[in-house]
Amino acid sequence: MSRFGFNWENEEKFDALLERYPDKQSLMLPALWMVQYQEGWISLDAIRFIAKKLERTPMEVYSVASFYTMFQLQPVGKYHIQLCRTLSCMLCGSKNIQEYLQTKLGIKVGETTPDRQFTLSLVECLGSCGTAPCMRLNDDYIENLTPEKIDEILDGLCHDR
Amino acid sequence: MIAKVVSKNFDIPNAHTLEVARANDRYAALEKLFCLSPDEVIREIEQSGLRGKGGGGALTGEKWRLIPPKSDKPVYLVVNADEGEPGTFKDRQILEFDPHLLIEGIICASYAIGAHHAYVYIRGEYVFWMNRLQHAIDEAYAANLLGENVGGHNYALHVTIHRGAGAYICGEKTALLESLEGKRGHPRLKPKGKEPEWFFGNPTVVNNVETIASVPFIIREGYASYRAYGTEESPGTMLFGISGHVKKPGVYELPYGTSMKRVIYELCGGIRGDKKLKAIIPGGSSVQILRADEIETITLDYECLKAHGSALGTGGMIVLDEDVSIPEAMKNLFAFYHHESCGQCTPCREGTGWVDRILAKILAGAGTHEDYQTILDAVDTMNGKTICVFAPSVAFIAQSYLKKFPEEFEALLK
Ligand SMILES: Cc1cc2nc3c(=O)[nH]c(=O)nc-3n(C[C@H](O)[C@H](O)[C@H](O)COP(=O)(O)O)c2cc1C
Ligand code: SF4
Ligand code: FES
Repeated sequence: MSRFGFNWENEEKFDALLERYPDKQSLMLPALWMVQYQEGWISLDAIRFIAKKLERTPMEVYSVASFYTMFQLQPVGKYHIQLCRTLSCMLCGSKNIQEYLQTKLGIKVGETTPDRQFTLSLVECLGSCGTAPCMRLNDDYIENLTPEKIDEILDGLCHDR
Repeated sequence: MIAKVVSKNFDIPNAHTLEVARANDRYAALEKLFCLSPDEVIREIEQSGLRGKGGGGALTGEKWRLIPPKSDKPVYLVVNADEGEPGTFKDRQILEFDPHLLIEGIICASYAIGAHHAYVYIRGEYVFWMNRLQHAIDEAYAANLLGENVGGHNYALHVTIHRGAGAYICGEKTALLESLEGKRGHPRLKPKGKEPEWFFGNPTVVNNVETIASVPFIIREGYASYRAYGTEESPGTMLFGISGHVKKPGVYELPYGTSMKRVIYELCGGIRGDKKLKAIIPGGSSVQILRADEIETITLDYECLKAHGSALGTGGMIVLDEDVSIPEAMKNLFAFYHHESCGQCTPCREGTGWVDRILAKILAGAGTHEDYQTILDAVDTMNGKTICVFAPSVAFIAQSYLKKFPEEFEALLK
C-alpha cells in the first residue's frame, strides 16, 4: 500500500494524458514528473503508487526512474543549482564558476547546505553552449555566468536564511 | 553569407505568437499542402534533397517513403527536440522564436506520411522552451490549425509534447522511442534492411526539429527555391551554432558550402583576445576534431567534411584557441561519454570509463606510453561491436585527438 497520492490537479492531468497515447505505459515519464513537482522528489512510496496506476511492477518503475538523471530519488535543497561542466562551458570558464559557487555556498558538488536551501550539482551540456558558462537554478536557465551575476541572483532569492 | 529560410522570423518581435506568426508567412504553406496528395508532398521533399539536421544527414524524403501509404495501423510522427549533443543549441532557437514554424512543419510532415498524432520529445531541461511550444500549440488548437479539421480541411491532427528527463542517449531515435514508451532509454538493435521506426509496433517517422521546420518553405516556395541554396549533395541551409573561443558565438543560418574560415573570422569576429586558433570540433562533440591548418579550405557541407575525415553532424562548432590543452578537452568529453553511455554494451560501458580514468592519470602526470597504447586498444574494441553508433563515434573521436595532437599527449607521458 502506498500513502502517496496525486493531488486533484495531477489526477486530472493524468487522465487527460491517457487519451493522448496508444498505451498507458507512455505515461511513465509524465507520471514521474508529476510526482516530482508535487513532492520535490520521488519516494519509494510514490514509485509504488505509479506502479499501481500503470499496472507495472515497482521495480520496473524504479529502474526507469533511476535511469534519468533529472529524477531526484532523494530530497534536494529548495534551490537546485545545476552547473554545466561540458566542453564549451569549460572553455568559457565553468571551472572558476564552480569554485566560486562552492566557496559562496560552503558546499562541494553533490552536497546540500545544512539548512537545505541549496544543492549544487554538475550536469552535462545544457544546450546553451553559445552563452556559456551556464547553469540551471531549479527550472530557470542563467547564462553568460560571472561571479557578479551569481551574487546578484543568489543574494536576491528570498530564502529562509 | 546569412540565409533566411528557417530563421526568417527570428528577429521579428513576438513572432512566437500566432497573430504575428500569421502576418509573417506562418501557415501559408497549408493552402498549397492540402491541394497536393500525400504522395506529391513526399515527392516535393524528395526533389528538394532535404537532409536530416539531427546529426546523421539522412534524406528526409527517403525516410518518409518507408511508411506504408495504406497502413492499417496508426502512423506517428515523432519530433526529436532532445538537443543534447555538446556544442548544439539550434533547435531551441526555433522553439523560442518561431514555434509556429515547427507546428506548420509538423502539419505538413504528418499529412505526408498519414499521421494523425505527432509527439515532440523535448529534453527535460528545456522548460522555458517547452512552455513556449505548448502555448503555441494551444493557440493553434484554438484557431483550428490543430484538432479534428486542420485549417478547415478534412484532416485530423493532434500534437503532444513529451518531456524527457536528462539522458543524452534518448536523442538517438530508437532510444527516444523506448523512452516515449515509458522505458529506459536503451537503443534498439538495428534491423537488417530499411524499415520505418516503430512506436508500440506502429510505423513511425523520427525527425529533428530543424528538419521539420525546413519543410514549410519547401512546400510554400517549391523544391527548386530550396535547392537554390547549398550544394548539389547538400542542398539548402542549416542553423550552425558556434561556441567556445570566438568573439561572437551564436546560431547563424547558412547555406551549405559556406567557408568555415569566413564563418569564424567574419561572422563570429575571430578568436577571443585575438589569440591563435588551435582546433575546431565541427559538428557537435561526437565528430572528429580538425587542426587549425586543416580548416583553410573547408566548406560547411556533408561532402567536404567527410573528405576531411570528419562530419557535419549537428552543425554545432566548438572553437578551441591556442591555450587549450587537447588532453584536457578530450578528458572533459570522455567524462561526458562515460556518464551518458546507456550501459547495454560492455565495450561502450567499460571502454568510456576506462579511457576516462587513463586520461585522468595522464593529466595528473602519472601516465606512461603503455597507458597511451591502452587507450588505442580500448577504443578499438568500441568500434563496430555495439548496438548503436554512440560507441563507434566515441572511438573515432578518440583516435582523432590522439592522432592529430600526439605531441600534447607525449609531453605529459612519463
Ligand atoms: C548518441 C546519439 C544522440 C543523438 N542525439 C540527437 C538529438 O539530440 N537530436 C536529434 O535530433 N537527433 C539526435 N540523434 C540522431 C537521431 O538518432 C536521428 O537520426 C534523428 O533525430 C533523425 O532526424 P533527422 O533525420 O531529421 O536528422 C542522435 C543520434 C545518436 C547516435
Ligand atoms: S553503444 Fe553505448 S550507448 Fe549505444 S547501446 Fe551500446 S552501451 Fe548504449
Ligand atoms: S557545454 Fe555547457 S551548455 Fe553546452
